[in-house]
Amino acid sequence: MHSKPQRIEVVLETLIESIALAEDVGVRVAVAGGFDEDDQYKIGLAVHEAVMNAFQYGNEEQRERKIRVVFELYPEKLVIRVTDQGTGFQLSNVPDPRNDENVLGDSGRGVLLMKAFMDEFDVLVSASGGAEVVMAKRCRRRISQAS
Amino acid sequence: MSFKSVTREVGGVSVIDMDGRITLGEGGNLLRDLIAERLGAGQKKIVMNLAGINYIDSTGLGELVSSYRQVKSQGGELKLLNLNKKVSDLLQITKLYTVFDIHNDESQAVASFHP
Repeated sequence: MHSKPQRIEVVLETLIESIALAEDVGVRVAVAGGFDEDDQYKIGLAVHEAVMNAFQYGNEEQRERKIRVVFELYPEKLVIRVTDQGTGFQLSNVPDPRNDENVLGDSGRGVLLMKAFMDEFDVLVSASGGAEVVMAKRCRRRISQAS
Repeated sequence: MSFKSVTREVGGVSVIDMDGRITLGEGGNLLRDLIAERLGAGQKKIVMNLAGINYIDSTGLGELVSSYRQVKSQGGELKLLNLNKKVSDLLQITKLYTVFDIHNDESQAVASFHP
């Protein structure tokens, strides 16, 4: 990545309404980035899932805690970072809901959907100790235009 | 569009027609209440008609699973009807397509309870 990205940062209160709000912003950024409708939906859902996790698990539904969502639009991809003010989590501890013993369980589907819909996905520990979900979607149209 | 539902009886089976979104805070909790109400009324053959569901998230998928478990624990059966492509894709990704009995035709869904 060589050029400086277009950057949009949104700071949300930990409210259930913030999930749809963040998703809406994500879809608008995807439209601005030239993503097609299918990818707009996938990006929106991935943001929805990440912010929902931040709301429920990271920030434990405590309103005063913040959820930070950063969109960075590069020519070749959109990078999204969702950070909460919780205590973080290890991706390796999230069960795979596709395993027979987990398929009727309660956990892991949000992470699975984010991994399925985005081209890159990882969970880091933020500077303040909370979870930082980092995910990216490659811009197919821009790549095909460049070739 | 927020969640709405209408329940009909067809050939001894409860068909629950759903509209809107099944997500955290929208529809998720209502599903549980709908199933509990049907089971409380002695109805153990239930079809969820998802034709009107335009959006579901992982919480919504969890509520479908929870409903399935609830009905199964009472000796009943829960089936799904009329999934659109997006909902169908989510069930494929999460392997829930292997759990639920899924139909595209209501009469076939109802008939499947009476082998």
